[in-house]
Amino acid sequence: MNDIDYGTPAVVADREVTLNIDGVAVSVPAGTTVMRAAVQAGVMIPKLCATDSLEPFGSCRLCLVEIEGRRGYPSSCTTPAEAGMKVRTQSPKLADLRRNVMELYISDHPLDCLTCAANGNCELQTMAGTVGLREVRYGMAGANHFTDVKKDESNPYFTYDPGKCIVCNRCVRACEETQGTFALTISGRGFESRVSAGQSEDFMDSECVSCGACVNACPTATLMEKTVIAKGQAEHSVTTTCAYCGVGCGFKAEMQGSEVVRMVPWKDGRANEGHACVKGRFAWGYATHADRITKPMIRAKISDPWREVSWEEAIAHAAGEFRRIQDKHGRNSIGALVSSRCTNEEDYLVQKLVRAAFGNNNVDTCARVCHSPTGYGLKQTLGESAGTQTFKSVEKADVIMVVGANPTDGHPVFASRMKRRLRAGAKLIVLDPREIDLVKSPHIRADHHLKLRPGTNVAVLTALAHVIVTEGLVNERFIAERCEAQAFADWREFVARPANSPEALEADSGVPAAEVRAAARLYATGGNAAIYYGLGVTEHSQGSTAVIAIANLAMATGNVGREGVGVNPLRGQNNVQGSCDMGSFPHELPGYRHVSDTITRELFEHAWNVSIQPEPGLRIPNMFEAALDGSFRALYCQGEDPVQSDPNTQHVQSALAAMECVVVQDLFLNETAKFAHVFLPGASFLEKDGTFTNAERRISRVRKVMAPLSGKADWEVTMALSNALGYPMHYEHPSQIMDEIARLTPTFAGVSFDKIDRLGSLQWPCNDETPEGTPTMHVDSFVRGKGRFLITQYVPTDEKVTRKFPLLLTTGRVLSQYNVGAQTRRTENVRFYDEDRLEIHPHDAEERGISNGDWVGIQSRAGDTVLRATVTERVQPGVVYTTFHFPESGANVITTDNSDWATNCPEYKVTAVELVHVDQPSEWQLRNAHEDKVQRRLLAGATAK
Amino acid sequence: MITTLNAIFGKHQHQAGSLLPILHDIQHELGYVPDEAVPLIAKELNLSRAEVHGVITYYHHFRQTPPPRHVVHVCCAEACQANGSEALAEHAAARLQHGDISMEPVYCLGLCSIGPAIQIDETTLHARVTPEKFDSLVAALGERS
Repeated sequence: MNDIDYGTPAVVADREVTLNIDGVAVSVPAGTTVMRAAVQAGVMIPKLCATDSLEPFGSCRLCLVEIEGRRGYPSSCTTPAEAGMKVRTQSPKLADLRRNVMELYISDHPLDCLTCAANGNCELQTMAGTVGLREVRYGMAGANHFTDVKKDESNPYFTYDPGKCIVCNRCVRACEETQGTFALTISGRGFESRVSAGQSEDFMDSECVSCGACVNACPTATLMEKTVIAKGQAEHSVTTTCAYCGVGCGFKAEMQGSEVVRMVPWKDGRANEGHACVKGRFAWGYATHADRITKPMIRAKISDPWREVSWEEAIAHAAGEFRRIQDKHGRNSIGALVSSRCTNEEDYLVQKLVRAAFGNNNVDTCARVCHSPTGYGLKQTLGESAGTQTFKSVEKADVIMVVGANPTDGHPVFASRMKRRLRAGAKLIVLDPREIDLVKSPHIRADHHLKLRPGTNVAVLTALAHVIVTEGLVNERFIAERCEAQAFADWREFVARPANSPEALEADSGVPAAEVRAAARLYATGGNAAIYYGLGVTEHSQGSTAVIAIANLAMATGNVGREGVGVNPLRGQNNVQGSCDMGSFPHELPGYRHVSDTITRELFEHAWNVSIQPEPGLRIPNMFEAALDGSFRALYCQGEDPVQSDPNTQHVQSALAAMECVVVQDLFLNETAKFAHVFLPGASFLEKDGTFTNAERRISRVRKVMAPLSGKADWEVTMALSNALGYPMHYEHPSQIMDEIARLTPTFAGVSFDKIDRLGSLQWPCNDETPEGTPTMHVDSFVRGKGRFLITQYVPTDEKVTRKFPLLLTTGRVLSQYNVGAQTRRTENVRFYDEDRLEIHPHDAEERGISNGDWVGIQSRAGDTVLRATVTERVQPGVVYTTFHFPESGANVITTDNSDWATNCPEYKVTAVELVHVDQPSEWQLRNAHEDKVQRRLLAGATAK
Repeated sequence: MITTLNAIFGKHQHQAGSLLPILHDIQHELGYVPDEAVPLIAKELNLSRAEVHGVITYYHHFRQTPPPRHVVHVCCAEACQANGSEALAEHAAARLQHGDISMEPVYCLGLCSIGPAIQIDETTLHARVTPEKFDSLVAALGERS
């Protein structure tokens, strides 16, 4: 079940050397270690401190070899292979040395193998067997490290048992090299040497972020998952893809029958290369949480108790209601929301259901409220609604610019990769109102932190362009070859205007002009420059403009079309790229083709045997508006929770309350389900087959490891609903759905489950020209032909500070919780973060008499709520910040209806507010808590039966 | 403490690899490196607390607790051992068990021909130390318990 461990990392070199190991000739890239070469030759050299995810260390002295013509017994993990080298890995002398070394290890190790959690999967045990250890002559008396030791069980997911530690340093090195947190060290020296978290404290009190890299690296039971301690070692594993963020890490679900024992990051997963974070690695317990609803339920009114029914009855009821409402209020009176948490196949089916069975285009996805401006902005400029690179590309970047993203919290596994590159010397520019960890953390320091005022991205990005153009830093050759001349000339004239200079925009943005100039020079002249951005760019009234401004910068400096550069949207959810690709928008069919395009429409009409509306349908906010004016009456909402996640909660709640039939398909009774008439139980990522597409366009397999708790995977539910509506859908397996997608979508033409299984994963576009996918986009020319510059006029948001609302609220998320928290709140991750807090600068806090931990009332033009304060200099004066993981916080009660001009992506990141010191929850919170109790009671009636 | 630390940080601001010099200065000023200083040192140098802790605990020279009033180093290297330093060390340990003077072994004070040797507070060296001579030296320090 374990992958081959080559002992030391792979080396890339343009020269190969051939050496001879135990009589076998083997050729390896120059710089490869003898140990790795040996594994390649099929020879396993004993080892303990070496593992191929970490740089060679040479401390355990077990991997000694003999090399002809050399004295002594060099360690194979630290000796580079050389041409003509003759290596012997076995000899009587080596056997003696190894046995003696092992004897010393075991003389200070408890002999409790049979009752040890690592039994059967312990490298120390295996190596003792390999070297033929038969006795320990030193006896067990005297000083040791294993009697009377205290286990550290503070972390909810793993234990640290110093009694089993052989001080191989793998955990310390993993924390440094793989994760980049540096939370572990070896304290003391000699016999006193011990692995220590922080300052010899409990793991939970240390800087540890619980990524599990140390647990993964540990060759013994010293660092061990609590689930393995409880259940034992797995007997089989299934490779699958994480269902949290847009990094899309590959995992091996280690199983006992249909029960998950642990999730181990997959070494060959190209998005994560064997690394993981606290969510994907550990926070999967929600899948079998007692709150899971596994039976379909219906009710006539949202004030009625729920009634459990059969699948047949629930589906027939939902279909009947949809048809009844359409008959009475017209074809366009119903619609659906597609989830970025579900698989590509499921997303495709829901939009197909809407277009073919509902007969309209009223389908939208939660990408509307996160990365819709990315889709728009990148399509307009570069020609494709997707990021341009692989994650691995960052290893070749010389300058990294992070705009409105907080990778160490939001995309932690990619952040580790980025930090590795930064430690190796790449320069870093951060554009963020807040001091995110990347600005300053161990071994990382931003060269420029442009600490802008929320809502002024476009001003700062355009000012950067101004410097590049006016200081002659444009890559003229790239522009001449690859971009539209007239559009570029117009843009150049526009950005060069004095009004767009850093000096002119300083008053608005709050960023010193000199800092903007220095950052622009670095970006334009520092070598390969790559931009990574997140929702801090898109979730603004000028979200699309900012995305365009980013694309403009990359084109102007020629930073597109090769490794190490590019425009990289860090996607929020596991399948936000995929849900967009699958035609989940009201104006687009799969592959980003507009519904008004007759040729595309005819293609789908012919394949689906229906006629498709040529007019775009309703976007999410339009659906809510239409619900309030009575023209939109029913919603099929799959795996999404707009009541918590969408802005202006009270507005969303009234819209849902106004509908006649709300069908929610989800794992839990989420906030939206409280307004539902039909509840269809969903299936977690462990319970179904399919694919997710991550932020680098990588399509990876999701594989079923257990049967759906409700009896149906989500795609089967959509299929049943469609059949009940009279539009037949018949698929035996999601692979058939992907085959249909491939037939109808040019960028997916070469995609199939078979091919993904064979290659591990693949990046679209994948077709006849690029049968194995496309790691880097726009290599020789842009997808749209010539790159197009667009004018990015800065227009301040309408959400302005006034005397009544003098502060700007901006939002984000933390490492341990995930979005609306439906999953992570139902795991031990609450031990890391159990409430949303309001960050406030000491000046603003003092002015209002607010101290750390105080309850603070936050009032905006949309509503008010109450949170506890964290007084911190992370935020700048005039700016406050919160997360939105807990429904009772009501973070979105405060956010407003303002949205991006092009895509309606809500302006979550800028809300003018005032704070007051209070001593009780807001009215909305009291009402919501009451409603929550009522709805739980209505649920209890159904599930008690 | 914070003022002392800031002054020390200021002095080493432009020095690469300044962790050890900073730790030395702190110990010189405060007599030890307090646990509470570690997060501040880590922040100043862009290191983790664990890394700073690892360095402090690696070198026996750095203390994590306030120093005793006096430290007596008893040489336990080979030459002194040959002249009876093991017995002297045992005597010293017993004698100083409860007081505010601490005994630490040291490996060679460079007085190999005239051992056993001891050093008091890194200031004075004493040769051919018998248990009696040790007691009178300690008494002269004004031992308090």
